[in-house]
Amino acid sequence: MAQPRDFGFDEETGMLKDGARRLFEQRQPLVQLRARLAGTEDPYRGSERPGWHDAATWQEMVGLGWHQLAVPEEAGGVGLGLVAAAAIQEEIGRAACPTPLTGTLQATFVLIEAKALGHLAKVAEGTAMALAVTGEDGSLGADSTDVVADGSRLSGTSWFVQDAGKADGFVVAARAADGIGLYYVARDAVEVKPDRIVDLTRDQGRVVLDGCEAETVAAPGDGAAVLERALPALLTLVAADIAGAAEWQLQTTADYAKTRVQFDRPIGFFQAVKHPIVDMMIAADETRSLVYNAACAWDHDRDDAVRCARLAKASASDTAAFCANRSTQLHGGIGFTWEADVQIYHKRQMHSQFLFGDGAWNRQRLAELL
Amino acid sequence: MAEKTSSAEQYEFRDYCRRWLEENRPPPTETPLPQAAYEVTYADHRRYLCDWQAKCYEAQLIATDVAKEYGGHGHSNFQAIASAEVRRARVPYFINWIGLGMTAPTLLVHGTEEQKRRFLPPIFTAEEIWCQGFSEPGAGSDLVSLSTAAVKDGDNWVVNGSKVWTSLGALASWMLLLARTDRHDKYNGITYFLAPMDQPGVTVRPIHKMTGEAGFNEVFLENVIIPDHYRVDAVGAGWKVAMSTLTSERGAAAGVGAVASSESPLTAVLKVIELARRTRRNGVAVWDDPVWRERIVKLYERTEAAMQNGRRARIEALNGGAMRLPLQGKLVGSEIGQELGAVALGILGLRSSLYVGDEHAEEDGHWALAYMNSYTGTISGGSSEIQRNILGERVLGLPKTK
Repeated sequence: MAQPRDFGFDEETGMLKDGARRLFEQRQPLVQLRARLAGTEDPYRGSERPGWHDAATWQEMVGLGWHQLAVPEEAGGVGLGLVAAAAIQEEIGRAACPTPLTGTLQATFVLIEAKALGHLAKVAEGTAMALAVTGEDGSLGADSTDVVADGSRLSGTSWFVQDAGKADGFVVAARAADGIGLYYVARDAVEVKPDRIVDLTRDQGRVVLDGCEAETVAAPGDGAAVLERALPALLTLVAADIAGAAEWQLQTTADYAKTRVQFDRPIGFFQAVKHPIVDMMIAADETRSLVYNAACAWDHDRDDAVRCARLAKASASDTAAFCANRSTQLHGGIGFTWEADVQIYHKRQMHSQFLFGDGAWNRQRLAELL
Repeated sequence: MAEKTSSAEQYEFRDYCRRWLEENRPPPTETPLPQAAYEVTYADHRRYLCDWQAKCYEAQLIATDVAKEYGGHGHSNFQAIASAEVRRARVPYFINWIGLGMTAPTLLVHGTEEQKRRFLPPIFTAEEIWCQGFSEPGAGSDLVSLSTAAVKDGDNWVVNGSKVWTSLGALASWMLLLARTDRHDKYNGITYFLAPMDQPGVTVRPIHKMTGEAGFNEVFLENVIIPDHYRVDAVGAGWKVAMSTLTSERGAAAGVGAVASSESPLTAVLKVIELARRTRRNGVAVWDDPVWRERIVKLYERTEAAMQNGRRARIEALNGGAMRLPLQGKLVGSEIGQELGAVALGILGLRSSLYVGDEHAEEDGHWALAYMNSYTGTISGGSSEIQRNILGERVLGLPKTK
């Protein structure tokens, strides 16, 4: 099946994306975040920095049905595809918004591949979820999990759980006698130990399981294959987030270069500044086009979805690093300060760069498909 | 223009183009054709390519959507299909690429009725080959400082000066000429002419490129006469007209025929991947060396991105503005092409030294030629540095360099 020329981006998706941008413009998540960060700056003596998101914004998203956007209609959701989900994620990235929606969208695509209608119905009811599938070494792939399943009881620690503090429940990969399975555990049944991380817009933590009772999402032996099937969607969602943040970095840096005056001219006059900003645009545009292509492949040409998603995340990882680097450098001293929002995006991009593999990793996997 | 054509007819036309190109593919030439149309110099290549273009015109692959009174075929929404099929079929390029890619689009917008009727038909049939007289020894990237002067003398203009980097100059019968008609007004002192090359006072001297090929020329103009009815648009409007010509050159306009070489960028990357697979060094295929593979796959990624940029450019809700992506095309494509050439030479290692004519050279020196010729892409038609100025200023609104 071939992709539609328009990336499957219909009027409804356009309205959804515009709506997301308007919501974040109204809510100003970074302004709220900054208020929370006061006093936490010093990495040695600053106060603790618990994960934060604006509950009212989340409730508004739930009211708009974004949490169940990709949940199939048979499980009570809206039944839209990855094109719509990636469009929302791009706006989350542009706003650098801390939100449980990011993890919930990722979990949704895993649950869809597991055909876990019951758990998808939980998502539709407004349960925020996060994926807990990574082991201590941070390796990708379900077989890195350090969690062990004994019947329906899970023990061990799941590492690098994204937005762990925002989730009501976790989709956990665990090793059983018959292979890797996927399980659902509620937040109340586990201990979440927050990590101290560089990125200010996410929280990350370890989920510690102490023989707690879990519901099976994918039977032992099927879990790795389910994650593998869902991987193109996960890669595309992170790449979409990066594309949105990169566009913010581009526009903000261009605006700064138009207003900051040195040597009697706005610095954007000088080609040593102008040309790298153009290179940011080129990088951001390559990634954006590959993201739309990957999302559309998932919805309309699934046989090509892995290749397209590897392309998108490979490009996005490099774009994240490059646009972060240039945005800080071209802002000069101010870009290096805590005060400047470019540092917030810089750290978010540094974090996103490595989620589900960096550029080199994804290109090596891509090479195997060529 | 005819009324809007339904998609069933478009499918039918596509099948027709595909079949025709399959059945009419010309036999190879004795000496291989140069890699791109701007390098043609040999008389036998010229005859071969002119015949080929004329045949493609007869088959309606060229000037497909142009009105019949100007020598076109009077269709609507068929040209893009014909051009895509020509590129896909990997048949020889069209020698009159400047005529098709620049003269025709410029005349269709700025030309008089008489100019369109006189000049367009022989462009399509390749009976009259065109060259472009923009750059001068003292006016390259800073094109607007050009000094070749045209002075009015009755119904004629008398032109003196010199042009450089003139591709196809030795074969062309007409030149798109920018000349200064007012020394005191930089931007409004330039006028656009259609200059006949076949007259006393026009001297064409070939320039050999670093490849050794003589694809472009210096052109000296000494008291050259141009009748006033060969002026395009108003006296002093030349810069404005030239900008629209350059837009055509940079691929932002639909055009009247496929002028690009027949190999798609993706095909070129896939060829490099094949080269890496079959080239063994120190007992290992280069493709199995992760360092080389990273470089190659990065180019594959960027090539796919460029193709998806082209797709996204046509979708208003996603393109970030009408010109943002089209203006990146030439810059990005030429830089990827250059890196691809460099990577191919790296894959070959010492064997990359073997050049055209050496019996052991890989594909008769193709990769060394491709790498060296890639600088045509990054320098001509506005260098990569100028492209970055244009993108920064027109798309991002940064202050103008000049």
